[in-house]
Amino acid sequence: MMTAAPDLERRRFRLFGDASAISLIITPIMALILLGTMLYVWNTASIDQTTRNILEWSKLETQFEAHLYMTFWSTVLVVGIAVPLGIFLTRPAYRRFAGTVLTFASSGQAIPAYGLLILFFVWIGTGPRTAIAAFALYAILPVLRNTIVGLEQVDDAIIEAGRGMGMSRFQVLRRIELPLSVPVMLAGIRTALVINVGMAALAVFIGGGGLGETINSGLKLRRDVATFMGAGIVALLALTIDWIAALAERYLRPKGI
Amino acid sequence: MTTQEHTPVTDHAPETLIHLDEVSKTYRGTEMPAVDSLTLDIPKGEILVLVGPSGCGKSTTLRLINRMIEPTSGRIIFEGEDVTDVNPDLLRRRIGYVIQQIGLFPHRTIAENIATVPQLLGWDKARIGDRVDELLEMVGMEPHLYRDRYPKELSGGQAQRVGVARALGADPDVLLMDEPFGAIDPITRDRLQNEFLRLQAELRKTIVFVTHDIDEAIKMGDRIAILRAESHIAQLDTPERILAQPADEFVEDFLGGGATLKGLNLRRVREVELYDYPVIRPGVSRDEALRLLQHSDEDHLLLLDDHERPSRWIDRANLDDPSTPLAQAGLTVMVHMEPEDTLRDAVEQMLHSAHGVACVVDSKGAYEGVVRLETIMAEIESMQRLAREHHARLRAQEEREREEQS
Repeated sequence: MMTAAPDLERRRFRLFGDASAISLIITPIMALILLGTMLYVWNTASIDQTTRNILEWSKLETQFEAHLYMTFWSTVLVVGIAVPLGIFLTRPAYRRFAGTVLTFASSGQAIPAYGLLILFFVWIGTGPRTAIAAFALYAILPVLRNTIVGLEQVDDAIIEAGRGMGMSRFQVLRRIELPLSVPVMLAGIRTALVINVGMAALAVFIGGGGLGETINSGLKLRRDVATFMGAGIVALLALTIDWIAALAERYLRPKGI
Repeated sequence: MTTQEHTPVTDHAPETLIHLDEVSKTYRGTEMPAVDSLTLDIPKGEILVLVGPSGCGKSTTLRLINRMIEPTSGRIIFEGEDVTDVNPDLLRRRIGYVIQQIGLFPHRTIAENIATVPQLLGWDKARIGDRVDELLEMVGMEPHLYRDRYPKELSGGQAQRVGVARALGADPDVLLMDEPFGAIDPITRDRLQNEFLRLQAELRKTIVFVTHDIDEAIKMGDRIAILRAESHIAQLDTPERILAQPADEFVEDFLGGGATLKGLNLRRVREVELYDYPVIRPGVSRDEALRLLQHSDEDHLLLLDDHERPSRWIDRANLDDPSTPLAQAGLTVMVHMEPEDTLRDAVEQMLHSAHGVACVVDSKGAYEGVVRLETIMAEIESMQRLAREHHARLRAQEEREREEQS
């Protein structure tokens, strides 16, 4: 009765390919199409000096770095807060607070992203750090929720077996619960990363820099090609980061599950 | 092994390994205790089965022993040491634990699963590796095939074998088993039970085994504690004695009908004298076979194959028909008994077989003899006689005690 199921599953996977393998191929294809379109536009549209100024390579480089910087640190902040919080909220003694905290975290997302950013600007001031803090709060929900879900979906029997053999609570957490929830947690972190890449384009409004500068300049100076290029680069970055995260999800998943 | 292995549990009280002293457990928010002031001696080297209707507190009782559930009151004495307040993690590393859902760690290989407790105890790698291989062999799984597999690649039966191996990891004196074979299909369950009993005959662990299935209790238990609500012991005795002498109506009801048949579960094929059925081997001439058949009381001959395995039932008509080779004539021998099987299994097979006998083979499949209905009837008679005698002895004792009191 238990033997048949995994076999069937494996066969189905072979027929249709598993979902993560498909997304690993589709994302680069989409990125390539986007890149091709950008090159086509660059080569066919009429480009004046203003557009050239906006899209100057050295500027793009600085913006790109700032963009990555904000994405990286806001995600680190999210993980640093949400994972321990998620672990804490799944311990038997504190489980009852999980609902409240999740509600609070989702309310962060209920506020429009731009509004949240302005709130933080009023509170902390300008600069990339304000942006990082605001993005972190905005992206905390998927990581927190997935950490909680990931830990809760671990079969009670497995935990019971571990405790019954004399593992301490901490050993059960470190050796069993955390490894088994890695796939779900990684999915949440991936979502947070992608949210943060997109959000970082807004940092320009509070003086945080990033690729939003190019988009903003293009809009203000009515240079559609520049706007399109800025947006295209952000999209390319998001696709690349998502793809790397998908790879990580695939290869960091513990064997056997 | 010495002859001791075959002696059934005797009357004298065996050494106690674990002693529960008026242990109670009341869950928070409930008034009725799940376990009410239970005093229980768990004898060393035996399987003690806790059996009872659902909700009687048998699982709670089991989990009180390794303090997966902390008692509300009472003491737990383990090998003479009061362990009611010691670090439960250290206590549990000395006690094997098998649960119905098995709970193998899916992200760890079979070897890593089995190595759990040795690792916790800080054994070195070489010793752990040797122990893992030894345990895999012990539960009948080839180490080089299974060591590096993951639990999801195992069938239910294999998983529970690994579960047992893992519980035996650091060679604990005690095993706690909570309905270990409950979620496994009947055929595999039966095989696992037999394997486990064979293993236990070697290991002689102290085992507390929880089940709700009275038949499993009778099969597995050296002693059975039948529990009623709040883990009150209705009767604690050997299965033989409980079947012969239910203490009260509750026990009688719980045993259900067919106590005689259940009693047959307690007798193993190896304990009865096998009957020598007339056999022929490949290459026997038809004339010889015919002579043998005529001199026997049976209607059939049993044809063995080249490996001494029972192969076919040959009758007179088969012998007279030279067109079919003997190896293809007659009816195939469908099922075989092994010495560890019970007489109840034997009856089952006799009723199935067209010849009213059950073929017994050794572990390699070679023919050893047959069990006949006569064998079973004699066995039942002797069991009833023993029960009557025991009953009479008990009554006499009670009467003596009453006289002494008055």
